[in-house]
Amino acid sequence: MKAIRTRGGLSVRLDVRTAVVVAVLVVATLAASVVLIGTGDFDIPAADVIRTLLGDGDPGQEFIINDLRLPRVCVGLLVGASLGLGGALFQSISRNPLGSPDVLGIGQGSTAGALLMIVVFSGSATQVAGAALVGGLVTGAAMYLLAWRQGVHGYRLVLVGIGVNAFAVAMNGYLLTKADFVDAARAVVWMTGSLNGRDWDQVWPLLTLCAVLLPLIVMYARPLRMLEMGDDTAYALGVPVERTRIVLMGAAVLLTAAATAAAGPVSFVALTAPQLARRLTRSPGPNLVPALCMGAALLIVADWASQRAFGADQLPVGVVTGVLGGVYLLWLLVTERKAGRI
Amino acid sequence: MNRLIADDVTIGYDQRVIAEKLSVAIPDNSFTVIVGPNACGKSTLLRALSRMLKPSAGRVLLDGQTIQSLPAKQVARTLGLLPQSSIAPDGITVGDLVARGRYPHQGLLRQWSNDDERIVRESMESTGVAELGDRYVDELSGGQRQRVWIAMALAQQTPLLLLDEPTTFLDIQHQIDVLDLCADLHEEQGRTLVAVLHDLNHAARYATHLIALRDGKVLAEGPPGEIVTADLVAETFGIKCQVIDDPETGTPLVVPAARKARLGG
Repeated sequence: MKAIRTRGGLSVRLDVRTAVVVAVLVVATLAASVVLIGTGDFDIPAADVIRTLLGDGDPGQEFIINDLRLPRVCVGLLVGASLGLGGALFQSISRNPLGSPDVLGIGQGSTAGALLMIVVFSGSATQVAGAALVGGLVTGAAMYLLAWRQGVHGYRLVLVGIGVNAFAVAMNGYLLTKADFVDAARAVVWMTGSLNGRDWDQVWPLLTLCAVLLPLIVMYARPLRMLEMGDDTAYALGVPVERTRIVLMGAAVLLTAAATAAAGPVSFVALTAPQLARRLTRSPGPNLVPALCMGAALLIVADWASQRAFGADQLPVGVVTGVLGGVYLLWLLVTERKAGRI
Repeated sequence: MNRLIADDVTIGYDQRVIAEKLSVAIPDNSFTVIVGPNACGKSTLLRALSRMLKPSAGRVLLDGQTIQSLPAKQVARTLGLLPQSSIAPDGITVGDLVARGRYPHQGLLRQWSNDDERIVRESMESTGVAELGDRYVDELSGGQRQRVWIAMALAQQTPLLLLDEPTTFLDIQHQIDVLDLCADLHEEQGRTLVAVLHDLNHAARYATHLIALRDGKVLAEGPPGEIVTADLVAETFGIKCQVIDDPETGTPLVVPAARKARLGG
């Protein structure tokens, strides 16, 4: 831990290792983004991509980059960051590495909303996204109300979440069996999570939401660290326990639901990104910023792999995040030297 | 003047009332110990005093004001609490954990002042964990861990400190260790301590002010030497005993009657 102090009595504390990890992740993510923009039916060298992004490229490439590929990458970055951050918030609030929004049914809740729109109302893409957002929010609210009993506690939240998830999965299965062939095909593509055909219309709402939520989350990040020591200890330190929890849970549900609305339920990022991040920083606490960066990095790399690694068959990004994230997490858990630390 | 007072409070959980119309005043600069049988409301009283539990009637006063009406951080700078169960976050070091006690003195833009640094060091020194700073909390023994949590509560720098069964789960050496530490904090640093203890003899030895509780009512309070009698112990814990002078300290020593005498009498 290093402290930076100004003469006015202001001071900021940061962990050197965490700062390095964040810096490396940011650079890696940006580099991967440039590579990803250059990747496609028509490959563009990285140098040209950078030149075009800086507003100095040739008009032909400009169209491909700025109008076709950049928005997709931006959606990927925002979705990954939102999922990573949402996952870190949820895992910290539930004090359980399994307490991430995709395990607890927020993703399935969003899916239920989207399927309802696709199957019953044959809605447009925008309507499906809206319904997914609403579905996620309703699921989050239901979870909070069901888990609330003189305050929301870790295990209770996880168990209620797993119950809610089971319910949503059943409902989604039912909706799929009721769908006709065309709707069902559309639903299945949506359900694996994909960045195909995303444009600026998906970027702006997500970016606005992040811009609004980030300052709020920063304000409550320190109370959240205290909350990890148990409600009693946090209370004794003057932390507004229940307010912190409801504000951050609300923010995490919004982030996850919005990310799902934009790209479908991209699996495993919310679960793995925070765990990967904390293993790199080796720092206690929620590790919010590293988890955010890790989420973005994971999604961009997965999207590149989904377009490149499997030849002509483009896979939905959700399939790749599942494979990449899962394998990496298993590898880390197996090779972890310090016993007893989950 | 009493800085911390429970005034005619009714406290409990959900519908279950633990104590009704209970009034307790914590003498300033005392080492107050609350004793009583299981489920007599000791811990509940401590939770109410630390504003963690809101009384359904009556009020808890801190410096003359209803404790719930004060800002949380302001209360946390006056009154500290060591709860029965705390969770050490995964992979946290001793130094990091103790530093978290500074939370109520910090803000978003005042995260780590020179004072913070000094106070954390002093807290670790006075609890004897200074050399453990870089160790992981989950690698420590039970006694060391309890000292670390006390160090965290000390770093909070509150004139009033409440401790909920600080000696539970510790062996006799570490129990005495923790109690000695509490006595030091009271005598040398002039803090007001309120502790819930299970062991009556420890309570009689260390407390300057003893509160005996049963079924949510105060049966007696005052200096242990004046109030601990065989009758009080019988009334509070329902056990026949002798009270003799502690050969080491002269404080009351409670010796339960032999099994035969208890069954026969």
